[in-house]
Amino acid sequence: MDATVGPPRGLLPGAWIIARREIRDQLRDWRILVPIILLTVFFPALMNFTAQQAMDFVARYDAPIIAERLVPFLLMIVGFFPISISLVIALESFAGERERLSLEPLLATPLSDAQLYLGKVAASLVPPLGAAYLGIVVYLFGLWRGIGWVAPAPLLVQVLLLTTAQAVVMVSGAVVISSQTTSVRAANLLASFIIVPVSELVIGESMIMFWGRYTVLWFIVAALLLIAAVLTRMGLHLFNREELLGRDLDVLDLRWVWRTLWSAFRGGAHSLGDWYAGVLKRSLPALGPAVLFMVVALTAAYVLGLRVAPIFVLPLDPSNLESLSESVGPQLRELGMMSAQGWWWILRNNVMALVLAALGGVFTFGVAGVILLMAPIGITGYLAGNLALAGQNAGLYLAGLVLPHATLEVPAALLAGAAILRLGLAAVSLPKGTSLGESWLKAVAEWARIGLGLVLPLLIGASLLEVFVTPLIATWVLGG
Amino acid sequence: MEHAIETRDLTKRFGDFTAVSGVTLNVQPGEVLVLLGPNGAGKTTTTRMLAAILPPSRGQAMVAGFDAATQASEVRRRVGLLTEHHGLYTRMRAGEYLSFFGSIYGLSETDAGRRAQDLLDQVGMPGIIDRRLGEFSKGMRQKLALVRALLHDPPVLLLDEPTSAMDPASARLVRDSILRLRSSQRTLVVTTHNLAEAEQLADRIAIIRQGSIAALGTVQELKSAHVGPPIMELRAACPLNGAMRVLPGDLQLVARGEDWLRYQAPNPAQANPRVLAAAAAAGLPVVLLTEVGRSLEDVYLRVVGAPAPQGEE
Repeated sequence: MDATVGPPRGLLPGAWIIARREIRDQLRDWRILVPIILLTVFFPALMNFTAQQAMDFVARYDAPIIAERLVPFLLMIVGFFPISISLVIALESFAGERERLSLEPLLATPLSDAQLYLGKVAASLVPPLGAAYLGIVVYLFGLWRGIGWVAPAPLLVQVLLLTTAQAVVMVSGAVVISSQTTSVRAANLLASFIIVPVSELVIGESMIMFWGRYTVLWFIVAALLLIAAVLTRMGLHLFNREELLGRDLDVLDLRWVWRTLWSAFRGGAHSLGDWYAGVLKRSLPALGPAVLFMVVALTAAYVLGLRVAPIFVLPLDPSNLESLSESVGPQLRELGMMSAQGWWWILRNNVMALVLAALGGVFTFGVAGVILLMAPIGITGYLAGNLALAGQNAGLYLAGLVLPHATLEVPAALLAGAAILRLGLAAVSLPKGTSLGESWLKAVAEWARIGLGLVLPLLIGASLLEVFVTPLIATWVLGG
Repeated sequence: MEHAIETRDLTKRFGDFTAVSGVTLNVQPGEVLVLLGPNGAGKTTTTRMLAAILPPSRGQAMVAGFDAATQASEVRRRVGLLTEHHGLYTRMRAGEYLSFFGSIYGLSETDAGRRAQDLLDQVGMPGIIDRRLGEFSKGMRQKLALVRALLHDPPVLLLDEPTSAMDPASARLVRDSILRLRSSQRTLVVTTHNLAEAEQLADRIAIIRQGSIAALGTVQELKSAHVGPPIMELRAACPLNGAMRVLPGDLQLVARGEDWLRYQAPNPAQANPRVLAAAAAAGLPVVLLTEVGRSLEDVYLRVVGAPAPQGEE
């Protein structure tokens, strides 16, 4: 026999060998088969009955809009329930195979990591998605036969895309979770990181469907596809032979955590001067592209605020604004300006906001953190827009009330946002040979270096300016 | 090809922990090398590097003429790996399972079926092709895993603790199957804790301690190097009394009892006839002349650093 025989050439044929075996295996497991059959046939029939009953009921009270919204909502639910099984299958396929020690023989074959990964992802997706599509067909057929309702094509496409994208997100998320565990039990515990956000997403989608804002669903589909792409990229990186066999994952080694964190935070420095030099020479330049992104994001937030102002106009009374100008000094003092207490209050709030943004960023690939930092800039733009609409010189207000401390606060926000973005994306762009935990700990250390070395001093300076200088300039510029 | 396996300074680190350090060895085509060592010594990690599952952190492993790090897929095509845990899919039937692995290696269903049937016959499991793997005993499962590893007819076979935690009968079945493979000019690397098994299977033995090769050679070479030259025991039919207090030539007496004596024989073929002649000259009727058991266990314990058990004397 030829010793050089090998797997089928090409990514997909090799992946399909793995997928085919796993799908056959699943179809022999009654624990998977029974729910799929129930959710494919009986559940859509039940939803069908519910929809028809609702239509009859609301028709009696002349409230057809409720039924109009309920029927598409149930269509989405009929698609969602079967795909929820994909999470279980994926955890079983990745963590389960590892736990049963049947993964190593597969890893010893010539199949590539990507073929194994895609094969397993396909095996986790095909049966639940097949069941979901079939369930949708059963539901739609029942409605057509019962009340003659035919789903509009755009809605049908939206629901099919939503169903597919949600399944891909759950499966690719399950792979990332499974890569961090060696047992199904641990993977199931970690699965709440997927179940909770997806449940919230479905609640959000339901609200959108009841409000009839179907256009918003396109944005959700796009966001889900983006998240799926990010998670798939992570999964491809994490599903490799070394990562799968080389790590003892379920043991929390706090000493290692501390060592890794401290070593990355110190950056090899032996004195505070050394450390600062490292922050300026290594950490700061590494933020370059992220800072650029933040400049664009904050500018966009300001412009968005300006653009929203004419849509939601504030009832600003010009006479009130004039009296505000006259009493700006005393009013700012009333707010705690020109006092040490006021300084501490502002600094503490700014620091807390940045820590909150970082926490949000960790779980959202940096997105929540960036949005949180965009919010005050957007509000500033919105207020400036409204001042302009009220016939006031918005530039003057900004120069008096914002600009003095913004000279330090905006750079602090840019740097903090950039560091949060890198922290959030640390899990996505793992350096080769680095585990998820190690990469994330190093990103936390980098975030702390930037935070303590640059952002905190800037915030201290900004809050001092805001409390002791801005009121003086505001009084001078705006009068009073 | 000169060597079936050739490693130079093979090293594997996981973070701060060095699992394998600077392993350098050559294995000839058709040779059986047994890796011995305590738990955590680095045997499995070495095997995984040879199977191109784990890339080395330093050094190189050439397997079947290919670099395990840069030509991993080529290496994996030419290596059969029997893992310590059989890792079978218990809901599948034997034929279906082997056909699945055959398809991964690019074998047609017919070729895979024919090959599977031949191998199952060889390991003494004909007629199980339609049985579910969940019904198999542990020995049968391990033998089926061995068939899986052989399905693509690899020139290099890596067996990681093939009989661990098996009952003696099952272990013997698997060991017999491995012994049959010796005649097929296949290169075998076997890791085991079972010293008798190692002695039975090995052309050469490498003892691994803390990730490094601490001893390497044939069983006789290891014994000579680590527990000294062979010790012979002569037993007479009557008390020795004062006879044979001095042995011929430079042979060294190591112990003596009422009707027996032991001596060191660096070259037993030369020494023993002289001792027998001396006994005959002293009028001693010899009932037994045999080598005192210097087991591989003694060698192993000396090499890995555990205290050797006390001898008779």
